[in-house]
Amino acid sequence: MSWFQKLMPSRIRTEGASKSRKVPDGLWTKCKSCDAVLYRPELERNLNVCPKCDHHMTLTGRARLEAFLDEGDHVEIGAELAPVDVLKFKDTKKYRDRLVASQKATGEKDALVALRGKLLEMELNACAFDFRFMGGSMGSVVGERFALAAQDCIERGLPLVCFAASGGARMQEGLFSLMQMAKTSAALARMAEEGLPYIVVLTHPTTGGVSASLGMLGDINLAEPNALIGFAGPRVIEQTVREKLPEGFQRSEFLLEKGAIDQIVDRRELRQRVHGLLTMLMAPRRSQEAREGELVDEDS
Amino acid sequence: MNPNYLDFEQPIAELEAKIRELRNVGSGVSMNLEEEIQRLEQKCRERTETIFSELSDWQISQLARHPQRPYTLDYVPMVFDRFEELHGDRHFADDHAIVGGPAMLDGLSVMLIGHQKGRDTREKVYRNFGMPRPEGYRKAQRLMEMAARFRMPIVTFIDTPGAYPGVGAEERGQSEAIARNLAVMARLPVPVICFVIGEGGSGGALAIGVGDRTTMLQYSIYSVISPEGCASILWKSADKAPVAAEAMSLTANKLKKLKLIDKVIKEPAGGAHRSPHEVAVRIRETIVAQIDYLASQPVETLLSERYQRLMAHGAFEQA
Repeated sequence: MSWFQKLMPSRIRTEGASKSRKVPDGLWTKCKSCDAVLYRPELERNLNVCPKCDHHMTLTGRARLEAFLDEGDHVEIGAELAPVDVLKFKDTKKYRDRLVASQKATGEKDALVALRGKLLEMELNACAFDFRFMGGSMGSVVGERFALAAQDCIERGLPLVCFAASGGARMQEGLFSLMQMAKTSAALARMAEEGLPYIVVLTHPTTGGVSASLGMLGDINLAEPNALIGFAGPRVIEQTVREKLPEGFQRSEFLLEKGAIDQIVDRRELRQRVHGLLTMLMAPRRSQEAREGELVDEDS
Repeated sequence: MNPNYLDFEQPIAELEAKIRELRNVGSGVSMNLEEEIQRLEQKCRERTETIFSELSDWQISQLARHPQRPYTLDYVPMVFDRFEELHGDRHFADDHAIVGGPAMLDGLSVMLIGHQKGRDTREKVYRNFGMPRPEGYRKAQRLMEMAARFRMPIVTFIDTPGAYPGVGAEERGQSEAIARNLAVMARLPVPVICFVIGEGGSGGALAIGVGDRTTMLQYSIYSVISPEGCASILWKSADKAPVAAEAMSLTANKLKKLKLIDKVIKEPAGGAHRSPHEVAVRIRETIVAQIDYLASQPVETLLSERYQRLMAHGAFEQA
C-alpha cells in the first residue's frame, strides 16, 4: 500500500484501486511470430492477422463465421444440441467438468458452430470449429451439427463451407467420437451425389480424425498460410521414425507442394475467393434451376 | 515366463507345461500316469475358465494383440473355400499391411479386405506391424470399387494398431486416403460387412470399417485411440493404459451394449488362438447369414439403411 493510500480514510479506500493503474487486460497483444506489439482492436479489425508479418492467429468459431458471412440474420443449425457424458469418462478430470469449463470459457455448448447465412448475397451453410473448446475435438455434437448442416444443404440445394481447426476425435467419448468420422464423411458423400459443392478451409491446426474425414473431403481443399495439417501429430511421427522432421513439414505450403490442397488463401481474401469458387461450381445448377423456373412460368 | 502367454495366463502355461512333461515321462516308462494327466487337464480347464470369466478390459486389450492370435490370412483358408490375393493401389505401391482379393464361400463370391500383421520379426517388419500407409487404403478402395462393379458383397477383417504415422505416409496423404474410404464405403451399392478380429485401432481401422454390419470377436477391441495413447495424453503416462482401457469402453460386450456394433462372436476360453477353427466356423456362419439378408434388399433400401445407421451414431442432449 502506498503512503497516499495509507493517508486515505478507510471508507474511501477500495480494493480495486491498485488494479486500476494497470492497462486494461488484453488491450495490447504480441504477435507470436514477429514479436510486434499490436493494438488489439486493430488486430481484430484485421481478422486476427498480424498487420506486420501476416501471421494468422486463432479465431474463435463464431467470430470466424461472423467475419466470413454477410452481416444480417443467421440461422443457427443444431444450437439445441448439447454434449453428454455417456461413458462417465474420467481421467485426471471428469469429462463432465472439462465440458463445463470449456462451455464457460467459450460461451459455446460444443466445439462446432453451424450457421445458415449469406456470403456476398449467396445463400449457404457454413460451420467452424472452435479450437478453444477441448482442442476443437470432434464428439457426437460436432458430428451431428456437421451432418445436420450438410443435410440442410441437400434439402435446400445449398453449398457447404467448413473451417476446420481440431486436434481430432474427442477421446472422452470413446468409439462414439470415432464414428463421427464415418458420419460426417457419409453426409458429405450424399452431398456429392446431389452435386452440391463442399469447400473446406483448413486452419491451424487440423489433425487426426478431423483431417482424416471432413478435413480432406472438400471438392476444393483450401488452407490458411502456415497451418499445421496432418493425420498424425509431429510429435507422434518423431517418436515413430526417431529423426528430426524437416522444416515446414505438415504445413500448408508443404501440403500444396504434395498435392493435398488446392490453394493457400489469406484470411482477408477468403470471402471473395470462396464466393468466386462457389459461383463457378454452382452456376450450371443455378442456370438449370432458372430454366426450369421459366418453364413453370410458361406453363402457368 | 513363456513369451507365448500373457502375464495373467502364466498359471495356465505352468499347468500345460506340467502336463507335457508328464506325457513325455509317461511314454518312456511303463508307469500309468494317465490319471494324473487327466486330473491336471481338468484343473487346467477350470483354471482357464476362471481366469477368462473375469478378465479386465486391459487384459482383453492384451488378448486382442496376443502374439498367437489368428490374423486375417490365418482365417482365410478356414472361412473361405477359395481366395485370390490381388496387389497394389495402381498409383504408388503394394501395402503389405492390407491384403485383399476375391474369395468364395458356399458358392457365394465376395471381396475380402483385411489388415494383416506379421508373426515373426521379419514378417512383422514386412507387414509394417499391421499399420497401413495411404497406398494400403487406396488398394482397399480399388478393390471395393471393383466389388461394386461386379456386385460382390464386401467382407472386411479389421486388425490394426492404427494407420502408420510416418513421414512418407503424411506426404502421400494419409488423411485423404482414410477420409476417401469413409466416404466411398458409405455409398457402395453392395453389402459391406465388417469384422473386428483383433485390434480395431482408430481411423486406421475405421478406414475399412464403414458398412452395414459390424461384428466383433469377443476378445477384440475397437477404440478411438490405443489405451497407451489415451493414457499418455490424458494421464501423461503410458503406464496408466489399464485405467484408460477401462474408461474408454473398448471391449466387444461394452460396445454392443452401447449399440455401436451389431454382434459379438463368442471365443473359446483362452481366446481365439486356442481353437481358431471354432471361431472361423462362427465367422463363416455370420458372413452367410448377414449377406443372405442384406443381398435380398433392393440397393436403395440397403443404402438408405446404411445411411440411417451411420447418422444414428452419437449421444447428445436436445434442449
